[in-house]
Amino acid sequence: MSSYRIQGATGEWEVVIGLEVHAQVTSHAKLFSGASTEFGSEPNCNVSLIDAAMPGMLPVPNAECIRQAVRTGMAIEAQINKYSRFDRKNYFYADLPQGYQISQLYHPIVGEGQLLIDADEKGGIPQDKVIGIERIHVEQDAGKLMHDQHPTMSYVDLNRCGVALMEIVSKPDMTSPAEAGAYVRKLRSILRYVGSCDGNMEEGSMRADVNVSVRKVGDPELGTRTETKNVNSVRFVMQVIEHEANRQVDLIEDGGTVVQETRLFDVASGTTRSMRSKEDAHDYRYFPDPDLLPLELEDSFLDECRASLPELPDAKRARYESELGLTPYNARELTAEVETFARFETLLGATASAIGKPEKAVATQVANWSLSVAPGVMKSLGDEANPANATAEAQASILKMQDAGEISGGQAKEIYEIVLRDGRAPDEIADSEGLKQVSDTGAIEAAIDAIIAANGDKVEEYRGGKDKLFGFFVGQTMKAMQGKANPAVVNQILKGKLDG
Amino acid sequence: MTDFTALGVKDIRDGVAGGSFTAREVAESFNAAVEAAASLNAFIVTTPDHALAAADAVDATRAAGKDLGAMAGVPIGMKDLFCTNGVQTTAASHILEGFTPQYESTVSQNLWDAGAGMLGKLNLDQFAMGSSNETSYFGNVSSPWRKEGSNAAMSPGGSSGGSSTAVAARIAPAATGTDTGGSIRQPAAFTGICGIKPTYGRCSRWGVVAFASSLDQAGPMARSVEDCAIMLEAMAGFDPKDSTSLQMDVPNWEAALSADLKGKKVGIPREYRMDGTDEEILKSWEQGKAWLRDAGAEIVDISLPHTKYALPAYYIIAPAEASSNLARYDGVRYGLRDLPEGAGLQDMYAATREEGFGDEVKRRVLIGTYVLSAGFYDAYYNQAQKVRALVARDFENAWAECDLVLAPTTPTASFPLGDKSDDPLAMYLNDVFAVPASLAGLPAMSVPAMLNADGLPLGLQLVGKAFDEQGVLNAGLAIQQRAGFDAKPEKWW
Amino acid sequence: MSIDRATVAKIASLARIKMTDEELDRMAPELSGILDWVEQLGEVDTSQVEPMTAVIPNTLRLRADEVDADPKTGGNRRDDILANAPVAEHGFFGVPKVIE
Ligand SMILES: [Mg+2]
Ligand SMILES: [Zn+2]
Repeated sequence: MSSYRIQGATGEWEVVIGLEVHAQVTSHAKLFSGASTEFGSEPNCNVSLIDAAMPGMLPVPNAECIRQAVRTGMAIEAQINKYSRFDRKNYFYADLPQGYQISQLYHPIVGEGQLLIDADEKGGIPQDKVIGIERIHVEQDAGKLMHDQHPTMSYVDLNRCGVALMEIVSKPDMTSPAEAGAYVRKLRSILRYVGSCDGNMEEGSMRADVNVSVRKVGDPELGTRTETKNVNSVRFVMQVIEHEANRQVDLIEDGGTVVQETRLFDVASGTTRSMRSKEDAHDYRYFPDPDLLPLELEDSFLDECRASLPELPDAKRARYESELGLTPYNARELTAEVETFARFETLLGATASAIGKPEKAVATQVANWSLSVAPGVMKSLGDEANPANATAEAQASILKMQDAGEISGGQAKEIYEIVLRDGRAPDEIADSEGLKQVSDTGAIEAAIDAIIAANGDKVEEYRGGKDKLFGFFVGQTMKAMQGKANPAVVNQILKGKLDG
Repeated sequence: MTDFTALGVKDIRDGVAGGSFTAREVAESFNAAVEAAASLNAFIVTTPDHALAAADAVDATRAAGKDLGAMAGVPIGMKDLFCTNGVQTTAASHILEGFTPQYESTVSQNLWDAGAGMLGKLNLDQFAMGSSNETSYFGNVSSPWRKEGSNAAMSPGGSSGGSSTAVAARIAPAATGTDTGGSIRQPAAFTGICGIKPTYGRCSRWGVVAFASSLDQAGPMARSVEDCAIMLEAMAGFDPKDSTSLQMDVPNWEAALSADLKGKKVGIPREYRMDGTDEEILKSWEQGKAWLRDAGAEIVDISLPHTKYALPAYYIIAPAEASSNLARYDGVRYGLRDLPEGAGLQDMYAATREEGFGDEVKRRVLIGTYVLSAGFYDAYYNQAQKVRALVARDFENAWAECDLVLAPTTPTASFPLGDKSDDPLAMYLNDVFAVPASLAGLPAMSVPAMLNADGLPLGLQLVGKAFDEQGVLNAGLAIQQRAGFDAKPEKWW
Repeated sequence: MSIDRATVAKIASLARIKMTDEELDRMAPELSGILDWVEQLGEVDTSQVEPMTAVIPNTLRLRADEVDADPKTGGNRRDDILANAPVAEHGFFGVPKVIE
């Protein structure tokens, strides 16, 4: 249970949150027409006769959109409904040419499922928590209205009209902004793993309707909720909840009542306001779309969908811990995003084969490199780095030299810097820039002999039991070797000479 | 100029193919007849150039020795519910006045591909809502028929009343119709012609202005069963653009026509004997039985117990679908826009739709909106769809006992324009015999049987199993051969 | 009377059809008559019946995920889309200004 509370004048309040996330399904063509879904085209170019609701036009569903919705359902362990139907949701608006949105009310394609949000002590999520998902249904997106291009008119662009969306409806299981934020991030990660949505919130590929209500701590009854529409970032989702929860508590404590309504989020002020234009449209007159027959899914289709699912974040994370021996922290960080684990797994494979050891043996080294060393170097270089030079091959060869003791950690960083700048091969850099440790025992021995000879008093003290002086000799040796001696070799030889 | 307007589809097609006359001569004859019959108001726009161009193309194809299409050289009327590329398409509504589609409906394209040409866009009841052709924004259509001894303008039926009038008046050899709850069969019966509504899904609905999606079906209207078979073959076919289109081959209906009904059982549904059905209608029904028996069929009594509820179910389902289908007429992308001074978007919608829709359309949109609105869905729409399932099941059960159903097409003959226009319910009852087959999606045809005492045509209706258009056409042919119906309206226009 | 004048006014507003007082007066009894008549459906016992979904037994066919494969169902035809618009400017449809 989250400990998020609103401190009101009359006592403590808790907040109940449900999210309806609209995720654009990854497809080339729209849900019911062959027009492109491409983002950023000229107005009304990605519009078919069907999308513009010309007289006599009919919808035919896009198989890929259905497939992606099913795969998404499977990824959240949901019930897949082999029988579903499309319904019409009727209302009048200029971004909705048909006068109805084709959606699914009575028989959605995906039923109940769930999603795990991870514990994040600092973020206010004390332990892992399962959030229930009510359903996923497939529906059409609407067009776009532009209000500031003309003094008396709004302009209508139907390019987005008819693009396939999955509406993913959570149960009201979240109780803090942090949980809601974690839910959206996790959902986004799963969608991107599955490949059913690109998760690009800036381009509107994912946006959330945020349902918020408040109640006195311990009150079993749910309060009246408001729905804030089309919130398009995780941060904004959290802001909406903060703001709505406080607004509702203030309202109730001042003797008012919360109205069930649709609200809009104002990014500039971080506040929400009532959305007047949609207020009278609550009677949507849903009924099965008579242009479309029931959608019945074959077992073979479901099998194909299941077989095409990748390893999902939770499973991958568990495997990283159990099979690769990574720390829970590293496993979580590496599996959070598709790009991160993809880079990690490629480098892990390349490194293991370069060194000739099993993946498990080098996993921790590669994980540390991937999560902290490499990003650190990249960041410090800023614009000077050419990301194209960050190949798995180059990085694996650095890691191999490090593993063999040929270079130190610091040298690995230095070499990687040069790789990122100019793309030269790491071993060549190590040679030409002198970025190698000296493991040559002769040179090290000579240096140590000189140091022992010059510091007879310290040798006596050490041999008399002042063990701490060992560090002094190591330091002196490294200094004499200009920092390029292999520390393991230095240690070994020093031990022999001093103790012997 | 020889007058070719007495010819039907088959005769024109065969004559053009055989070189007895050219397609251009035929098109010119019909173009002239159309022009001379303006007083019938059968057409909203005429397209003589389209007819001529198609004819010339056919003549050129023939001259080149190439194969001709199934409708080659036949100029037809196109119900103004089919979107035609570059030619105004209105559904007989003010709200679509001036609308010029940039696309061609599948059915009309199929016909042009088969070598037909277009005489013009035929008048109809607005958005196909009506049974008398009195709801068109472009004025009533007059039937070419009149009661003996009367000059009163008669209804050509509806909604395909421009189609029925054009074919009966011989200003078109054939026309397209659409049938949602009898809109091909009832006007065919009123005007002494044939018309068939095929199995739901045979003809693509793509590009046809929608009235009620789960019921709408296109079909041909012509003066003989053979002509209907030829034209339906050209219109029908699988269309991937229509989710409800049947993915089946189109049979060669014309070639398989046979009036021999030996081994066929024809069911007579006892529930169609309704109070108020005209005596002469009942008499024609008896005559129909005798004709079919004569053709070798066995006549059996059957029961379709939910017949009584078909019409009220229809008047929930069709308006519900229509209320949603017609939401797109909002003044934003095409058609009429009424923007009162200072009006906002929603006011513009309301004003445009007030101005653009006729009374009957408004009535049905309001009924449909009401039955779908919060709290009423189950009691009205869902109950109606359940009753519809029962109506369909009645037919399923009947097929255990018979192959076809014979019934009157309408409860009365045509009536004078204006007679029922004040009483929507009385008007709806016109389709009482036609609607059950629509609800069940079954193929059904009307063929002329005889004239009543007033000299007005009466039609007989045949309903078949799903996909059995052939059975329906064959029985229609048996009736046609025995009825010998050759009456035609006396020319007064 | 199934529905009164006020209900008709509400329905008309939901259907976005402006109606004058005279029209409401005329339409209310007509609609009421039709609704009274269709209510006879309530007599039918449908407790064991599923509502009809497909008129002819058939399931939904799906389309391949292809862009502009057929001009009749594809995009990239803005001129056609805007050809009949009462107001079209700069490639957009124009409507009276909407305040959200
Ligand atoms: Mg929502
Ligand atoms: Zn939605």
